Amino acid sequence: MAFSAFATGTAQEQAPRRKSRIALLLLLPGILYLVLFFLVPLVSLVITSLQSPSALGDIGQYQTGFEWQNYVTSITQYGDQILRSFSYAVLATVFALIFSYPLAYFIGVKARPWPLLQNLMLVLVIAPFFISFLLRTLAWKSLLSDESGFVTGLKALSLLAPDAHVTGTPVAVVFGLTYNFIPFMTLPLYAALERLDTRYLEAGSDLYAHPFTVFRTVTIPLSMPGIVSGVLLTFIPAAGDYVNASREFLGGTGTSMIGNVIESNFLVLLNYPAAASLSIILMVVILAIVTVYVRRSGTEDLL
Amino acid sequence: MTRSIPTDPMVQRLIREARSASLTRRNVLTGAGIGAAALSLAACSTGGAAPGPTAAADKSSTDKNIKWDNWAQYLDEDKDGKTHPTLDAFEKKSGISVKYDVAVDDNNTYYGKVKDQLALGQNIGADLVCLTDWMVSRLIKLGYVQNFDLSKIPNAKNLTPSLQKVDFDPGRKKSLPWQGGFTGICWNKDKVPGGLKSVDDLWDKSLKGRVGVLSEMRDTTGLIMMQAGVDVSGKWADAKFDNAVDVFRKQVNDGQIRNIKGNAYLEDLKSEDTLAAICWSGDITTLNGEAGDKWQFAIPEAGGLLWNDNFVIPIGSPKKSASEELINYYYQPEVAAEVAAWVNYITPVVGAKEAMQAIDPTVADNQLIFPDEKTLSSVKVFRTLSSAEESKFGAAFQAVLLGS
Repeated sequence: MAFSAFATGTAQEQAPRRKSRIALLLLLPGILYLVLFFLVPLVSLVITSLQSPSALGDIGQYQTGFEWQNYVTSITQYGDQILRSFSYAVLATVFALIFSYPLAYFIGVKARPWPLLQNLMLVLVIAPFFISFLLRTLAWKSLLSDESGFVTGLKALSLLAPDAHVTGTPVAVVFGLTYNFIPFMTLPLYAALERLDTRYLEAGSDLYAHPFTVFRTVTIPLSMPGIVSGVLLTFIPAAGDYVNASREFLGGTGTSMIGNVIESNFLVLLNYPAAASLSIILMVVILAIVTVYVRRSGTEDLL
Repeated sequence: MTRSIPTDPMVQRLIREARSASLTRRNVLTGAGIGAAALSLAACSTGGAAPGPTAAADKSSTDKNIKWDNWAQYLDEDKDGKTHPTLDAFEKKSGISVKYDVAVDDNNTYYGKVKDQLALGQNIGADLVCLTDWMVSRLIKLGYVQNFDLSKIPNAKNLTPSLQKVDFDPGRKKSLPWQGGFTGICWNKDKVPGGLKSVDDLWDKSLKGRVGVLSEMRDTTGLIMMQAGVDVSGKWADAKFDNAVDVFRKQVNDGQIRNIKGNAYLEDLKSEDTLAAICWSGDITTLNGEAGDKWQFAIPEAGGLLWNDNFVIPIGSPKKSASEELINYYYQPEVAAEVAAWVNYITPVVGAKEAMQAIDPTVADNQLIFPDEKTLSSVKVFRTLSSAEESKFGAAFQAVLLGS
């Protein structure tokens, strides 16, 4: 699997140090790429975030400045949405983990005797990727709309109040996030569990450990790299996602996440400094959360 | 030997800026330290009163290709939706080849895409663009569009008298209307058999959570302000706008308003997530044609809004006279009637109604396409906002959309 390298996180042995022009030459395209498409945009983003309104005062016109207050304004004005982004992302990650772990365990461990079934199930996990995720989200939007069979069915069973609806609620947004990012959780988990040596599990039960104890003390620690990379791959894009929460898709006015705020500041209000400062806030918070998380879960090799 | 300065406007501007910058550097360095110099240079380069962009030279006589950016569903199509009959006829007649591009989805987004090039006087790729009144007003104010040579557009005399005088373009020298429409209310006839009469009817308890409104600030707040008795075409105090936003916020927070959308509001009407909405007149006619005759449009009792999308020629376009020829073509009553019958919006061309009578008399009687004096007296045009007002009102409106 393509994810195996990421999941195991074992450091490669240091190659013998030798000054080589060829190595430098080979590195050059990569470095150029990083400078052009990462460093330059990042610097320009920081500069934009510190711009002040142009003296001429026309909408969407800004000049270079050092308006650090942009950050304060963004945080006070959009604190709710920032908080909401991260809580939705945490919820989506937790749900994705709960759904993915048994699935990955089944594919990677239980289905080992039947390679065909294993491959088939893996294809089923990846298959949705063949359709644009915008289309899939739009499909869910109509599946969850008021007059859809699903919602009318829930109402008929009195599981949903007669005037309640699903689209435009936090439930729909968290559902959408979970659904869209679940393969990013399943695949690294599978990559880790696929290499799980079942003899450890046998040894555990031979020593009279309860199956749950074996799971807790053997399986989980051994699949930890998979869990960590799965959580990262799900949490980071989910926190910055703006499609699911968008009013045009599954969200409503009460569900806007930081991505939606950035979008509206950038495209509608033409308030580029606010949009840029929010992007940087998002990056910094994600970086902080991820650093703490990786430290706590004891897999610094990943960083 | 002297070399001439390159003609590219961007290069010329750079040269201009380099010259002015070197002057300031010399002056400032004598007085203050290098840090201060750098700061003031930075201020000069972007904040200084740079002259507006200048129009590109016209190359229409040699290059017969133009590009026209417009909104979706805004030009007649044949049955397969592949070609535009009126445009094909124009190409055949004039020998000009037109690339018609549905590139405008939203005034703000389109502006955001092209504004930096416009500021430098560069060619944005489009030679004709149709944008809404208030955006055209901004473009004119900033000097981003070219002056028409009205002698090349003789048919401009067919412009409806009520649209000849607009505050943002006296004499219609830089913009000419393409199509217009009403903003009003609509409802699902099956689910709301009683129909609606006013914007306040949208806030009725029976429609809780099933009402949609538009994400265009002027449309939604404009109708709410009209309901409160404000004439949106005249001067009004900021407080009137704030009151409208308060009403809007309350209905959103109470869950009365289900969603706030741009063009996609039609999807909600179709899926019946919304049963009533603030909407654009032509869309409802088209929707009824597409998905069964289920919806009804009305101008609210307290009044609706009238808006227009206008042709403008961006400042950097080198195809001015070819573009003018196209505008002139569409200002013929027969052609205008053909377009109006397909797009279902109001044509600004006098005589189109008479021409329509010959094609399809029922369409000629449709008040939403050929409104009479009485209908027109029930609608207002949202007045032009200053930049400061636009920023302030826009931020207040977006705050509701983002739920804060």
